[in-house]
Amino acid sequence: MALLVCKDVILAYEGHTVVENLNFCVNSGDYLCIVGENGSGKSTLIKTLLNLRKPFAGEIRYGDGLQHNDIGYLPQQSLVQRDFPATVEEIVRSACLNRSGWRPFYTQEEKKQAQNNMLKTGVLHLAKRCYRELSGGQQQRVLLARALGAATRLLLLDEPAAGLDPQAGEEMYTLIKDLNQRDGMTVIMVTHDVSAAIQYASHVLHVSHKPLFFGTAAGYQQSDIGKIYMCRAKGDE
Amino acid sequence: MATALSTLSLYFQYPFVRYAFIVGILIALCSSLLGVTLVLKRFSFIGDGLSHVAFGALAVATVVNVQNNTLVVLPVTVTSAILLLRAGQNAKVKGDAAIAMVSVASLALGYLLLHLFSASSNLSGDVCSTLFGSTAILTLSAADVWLCFTMSLIVILLFICFYHKIFTVTFDETFAQATGINAGGYNVLIATVIAIVIVLAMNLVGSLLISALIIFPALSAMRLYKSFRSVIIFSACFSVCTAAIGLVIAILAGTPVGATIVTVDVLAFALCFALGSLLPAFHRG
Ligand SMILES: Nc1ncnc2c1ncn2[C@@H]1O[C@H](COP(=O)(O)OP(=O)(O)O)[C@@H](O)[C@H]1O
Ligand SMILES: [Mg+2]
Repeated sequence: MALLVCKDVILAYEGHTVVENLNFCVNSGDYLCIVGENGSGKSTLIKTLLNLRKPFAGEIRYGDGLQHNDIGYLPQQSLVQRDFPATVEEIVRSACLNRSGWRPFYTQEEKKQAQNNMLKTGVLHLAKRCYRELSGGQQQRVLLARALGAATRLLLLDEPAAGLDPQAGEEMYTLIKDLNQRDGMTVIMVTHDVSAAIQYASHVLHVSHKPLFFGTAAGYQQSDIGKIYMCRAKGDE
Repeated sequence: MATALSTLSLYFQYPFVRYAFIVGILIALCSSLLGVTLVLKRFSFIGDGLSHVAFGALAVATVVNVQNNTLVVLPVTVTSAILLLRAGQNAKVKGDAAIAMVSVASLALGYLLLHLFSASSNLSGDVCSTLFGSTAILTLSAADVWLCFTMSLIVILLFICFYHKIFTVTFDETFAQATGINAGGYNVLIATVIAIVIVLAMNLVGSLLISALIIFPALSAMRLYKSFRSVIIFSACFSVCTAAIGLVIAILAGTPVGATIVTVDVLAFALCFALGSLLPAFHRG
């Protein structure tokens, strides 16, 4: 049984269809990249997979005993207010609340785990700093550390490298790849960067009103649509 | 100075004054704890709207002659809090406009009902004390004091138990919901507790001045501190101190309790604001 199955899904806002005919599945250990143009519905798809919104039609099923609190999420834009007083540590620690039940405090183990996740994403030295005073790239890493804290099996990342300079973006992708390969975390990642998708992912889903491609990363590289997008991406650079 | 102290000790000889003093401080503490969440969630106006709803409910309770007003006012305010919080989240309904409507409607309706049906000989006095709080701390009834005491303790306990969850739901509700935290449930909890605090605070400062107890401590703390925990702790201390100072002044000078506390709040806020601008170095965790 797959971890996540998407069957005949249609995504729409107020009756206005964004994507239709979505059919794909994600198995444990997969690294799926979702690519497509701006406004093609990638973020909407992620939110639907998280059950933050309902699909207009079709069905999304969790399998393999996947629960909501096994999932970590890195939103594309967090609607965090500019004047919110919160330290990096407070934010990263809050991730484990999805498994803490009624317990009103953090255990030593949870604090340790938050520490580890900050170390992994390279923000440990910022632990006591105020979140809103960090640079965009640093904030992104903090949110990734938080996503890691919430995730035990599945990570959903919406443009994790957006707003990072190329080198920081590269580091971010390497980090995610490590999480996938070393820690066995299943990853679903939205990205603009088609070449990164091919380099790191095991599977690619290309959406644009209709899904244009779903299959392995190698297969995407061979496909017509993949070739077109790769060329276009090269042309942009 | 000596006369002031002797007046105070005279007052504090009555156990009743001592209790009222403690209750006043507890109420201030409760409002400041929730104030931070309210301000950060951009819900400060809900506090204002709810206090007017509570006034309307109180008017109805007075007119139909209910024994204990709180039994009517509390459920009505809690229900309105939950509904208003929902409306505020729904982008299609203009949340703030809805709240403004409900709030003036309850105010007008409440006054009208009182005017038409109240048997009281001193109507404007009654209305004034509901809007601006008891003129003297001694006018709180014994039942009020005990009810406030219990409710404040419940609010403080709930806040401590759900502190981390309140943080995460305030900071990023979408993330909380996405990772399996019942964000909707916690919003209802926050709304309920806010409603309780407002009904309690009505006894102390009256329905028009409640927002001050909610907003000033939070804004002052956010001016000086940058972690959620320090902001909560500072705003609690701020609120307790200003309430205590305000109550003492009110006793000594015979000024209205609510207005005095709020004035002290305003002055203390100005102080924090100035400190925040003068000492950027003071900004720390
Ligand atoms: N809250 C919303 N209400 C109505 N339409 C929306 C909303 N959010 C996104 N859309 C529309 O849905 C489409 C897909 O958006 P999105 O999923 O954010 O795209 P992507 O993440 O691929 O750039 C866009 O055309 C956008 O205009
Ligand atoms: Mg997007």
